[in-house]
Amino acid sequence: MSSNELQGYKKTLNSPYTGIKGWIDSRLPLIRMMEAEYLKFPVPKSLNYFWSFGGIAMFCLIGLILTGIFLGFHYKPSADDAFDSVERIMRDVSFGWLIRYLHANLVSFFFIATFIHIFRALYFGSYKAPRELVYIFGLTMFMLMMATAFLGYTLPWGQMSYWGATVITNLFSAIPVVGDAILTLLLGDFTVGDSAVNRFYVLHWLLAFAIVGLVVFHVITLHMTGSNNPTGTEPQSWDETVSFHPYVTIKDLNATIFFFIILAFILFYYPNILGHSDNYIKANPMVTPAHIVPEWYFLPFYAILRAIPDKLGGVIAMFSSILALGLLPWLDTSKVRSCLFRPIWRYCVLLFAVNFLVLMYVGGKPAEGLYVLISRIGTAYWFLFIFVLAPLVGFLETPRQPLTITNYLQSKKA
Amino acid sequence: MSDSKKPRRDFIKLSAMTLGGVGAASLLIPFISSMNPGKDTLALASTEIDLSPLEEGQSLTVIWRGKPVFIKHRTKSEIDSARNISLEELPDAEEDSARVQKDNWLVVLGVCTHLGCVPLGQKASDTKGDYGGWFCPCHGSHYDTSGRIRKGPAPTNLPVPPYVFLTDNRIKIG
Repeated sequence: MSSNELQGYKKTLNSPYTGIKGWIDSRLPLIRMMEAEYLKFPVPKSLNYFWSFGGIAMFCLIGLILTGIFLGFHYKPSADDAFDSVERIMRDVSFGWLIRYLHANLVSFFFIATFIHIFRALYFGSYKAPRELVYIFGLTMFMLMMATAFLGYTLPWGQMSYWGATVITNLFSAIPVVGDAILTLLLGDFTVGDSAVNRFYVLHWLLAFAIVGLVVFHVITLHMTGSNNPTGTEPQSWDETVSFHPYVTIKDLNATIFFFIILAFILFYYPNILGHSDNYIKANPMVTPAHIVPEWYFLPFYAILRAIPDKLGGVIAMFSSILALGLLPWLDTSKVRSCLFRPIWRYCVLLFAVNFLVLMYVGGKPAEGLYVLISRIGTAYWFLFIFVLAPLVGFLETPRQPLTITNYLQSKKA
Repeated sequence: MSDSKKPRRDFIKLSAMTLGGVGAASLLIPFISSMNPGKDTLALASTEIDLSPLEEGQSLTVIWRGKPVFIKHRTKSEIDSARNISLEELPDAEEDSARVQKDNWLVVLGVCTHLGCVPLGQKASDTKGDYGGWFCPCHGSHYDTSGRIRKGPAPTNLPVPPYVFLTDNRIKIG
């Protein structure tokens, strides 16, 4: 390497700032990075409120980690103590009820925000090139979120905690030949018990921070391509963008506050409405509740699990329903991103969203009669949407010519 | 570097990486193995039960390895209904005689082979399913009076744990 090249390399270490800020920034270039990525970062000026849900989800995650730390100060991860320590948090710890209800309801709102965020990605084609990795990191986080939420739900050690954990960990026993050995290895015992609650507590923490790590990758990949927008067309000039701060920061803050007002309403008036009353009964390995239901955000996937009459088949269908979504960037053959300009695909995506809600409904009902039939139709549409409609509709439909961001904003004014 | 040295360098690289890989893989063994049940858990592996209080037609649930075990004192009609069917009707074909040591005593694990719930049917007031044995409320599996799966998502029969009759009225499970 010549000395000139070395000089060029070192020049990048020179900070644009002076004084203490400059001293730090030339050694740790965080300040200039934050300025480039969060203050001056150009964002399409046509974003609607659907684009606020990524930020809202992030605030939920921060809230969950903060409340989780304070709950962790009092919680005891053992089969004997777990239930009582949670009740102690609710009754004896100062403001413990508030912190626990916040933690429990924030999860639900985290999922609401994430579901809307994923719908946004599907409807406006945010998963399509060049944002495939943004989308894949997002789906990975979604899966980790579900794992973390499941582990967290077992910790209060109520009846639903215990039997939910039993049912879900038994999914592993569907693996041919080695299933039972793997299950025993994962639980550290022959059943869900003291050993399981101990390691579930550790993994609940570990996965929460793994999600934080993936948020970083999600944002790095997003900032390489820039945000998508309702038109699905890239900004053609600086005129079609605004800076992240103050435009997006204020708008997202506005949306977040509105979202958290709804959370506050649930939190203070109906704190248990999204939970199950059986979880206030201490876990009893000898008695299965008459009707085991998972948390509401798992219901669509639970419906898929039960739609297949075969144990292994159901497990495979459930896991592949999410994994298959990851193939969408490559299965969708259309050149147009946004559903605003895709007359057929638009209805496919809307039906996918409705189907998701229908599956959520039947997932909470007993697995019998009409509910089974509906869950089978819903499951069939889920996979039809990904593997048949995505490639086919791209060929068959004639999309409208996508508007540029400027024209789109003008047409909205008119 | 001359070309003649290259294969030698490749060889060193390859063997170093292989040895490193084998070393890293073997290092995993103690960590994975530590996740298995400890010696204290394994030590609780057997349970003794006195059967004399059980009248014909009654059932008892005992705990073995943290799991419920169903002990059923079967009536004549329950034994008959378990025997008078052809094996072709069974999803997991197994003779009733192969599942019991004494005809009137059935001992099975009370854990649904679908996703691990405890089936109903032990109490007189419980629903016993379409085949008079047990019914799992979680996902609707029906078991017969031999603990065999007859209808529903469960893939196999309720397993028979290892047990021995110590006397006529006393068994040891495990």
